[in-house]
Amino acid sequence: MTQHWMERRPMERRQVLTFVGALAAAGIVVPRAAFANWDKAAFEAKTLDDALKALGAGSPANSGDVQIVASDIAENGAVVPIQAVSKLPNTERIAILVEKNPNMLAAAYDIGPDTVPDVTARIKMGQTSNVLVVVKADGKFYSAAKEIKVTLGGCGG
Amino acid sequence: MGNPMKIRAASKDGVTEIKVLMSHEMETGQRKDASGAVVPAWFINEVTAKLDGKTVLQAQWGPSVSKNPYLAFKVKGGKAGDKVSVTWVDNKGDTRTDEATVT
Repeated sequence: MTQHWMERRPMERRQVLTFVGALAAAGIVVPRAAFANWDKAAFEAKTLDDALKALGAGSPANSGDVQIVASDIAENGAVVPIQAVSKLPNTERIAILVEKNPNMLAAAYDIGPDTVPDVTARIKMGQTSNVLVVVKADGKFYSAAKEIKVTLGGCGG
Repeated sequence: MGNPMKIRAASKDGVTEIKVLMSHEMETGQRKDASGAVVPAWFINEVTAKLDGKTVLQAQWGPSVSKNPYLAFKVKGGKAGDKVSVTWVDNKGDTRTDEATVT
């Protein structure tokens, strides 16, 4: 196992650097014509403040009625299961953001009136980060955060 | 068009749970290929789910949703025999719709 780690490690670092280094390119390569309702400003925001602003959330109030169900440690950053639950009445929207991803906003769900505000997704995480769930209920914004550790090597940390 | 989605919808105690597994690369646009060229972003950015013809969930996704995306949610109401339809559109304008029946 030790030897495996030694071999793997430089490559992982390179991958991370590539991931980070290509940020600027991302905005250029995304074709634009196909997006009808897609909230480009929110998805392309590079800082948490910008992403929240684009969502119209400003600084959402921390709420115990917003819950993130996910394991504390994700062994594979490419597939991190996240369940976002809102116990707030009239929940209209649930957004999942990853603070340390190049683009924070991962997904936004518009909840119909009969739909239970409880969605499960699988997202990618470049590194250990806070995951933020922002909920819009009755026109107001609420949030919850949870740190999820990503063990890149996959050796179980 | 992409490959078919797997959709499971089951009604229990007045709540219908819908689970969808889509088949898509979800390329972030951050990766480089062996020659160092950036692999262009290619991802599903909009998903619409309907139960019995009524839109129950609309999702907007960025490239950080995992490859072969999974989506699960619950809807109040719905009964066995109702139709569930799920449509995705990706950033290249490709789209696919699949249907399933609530059990």
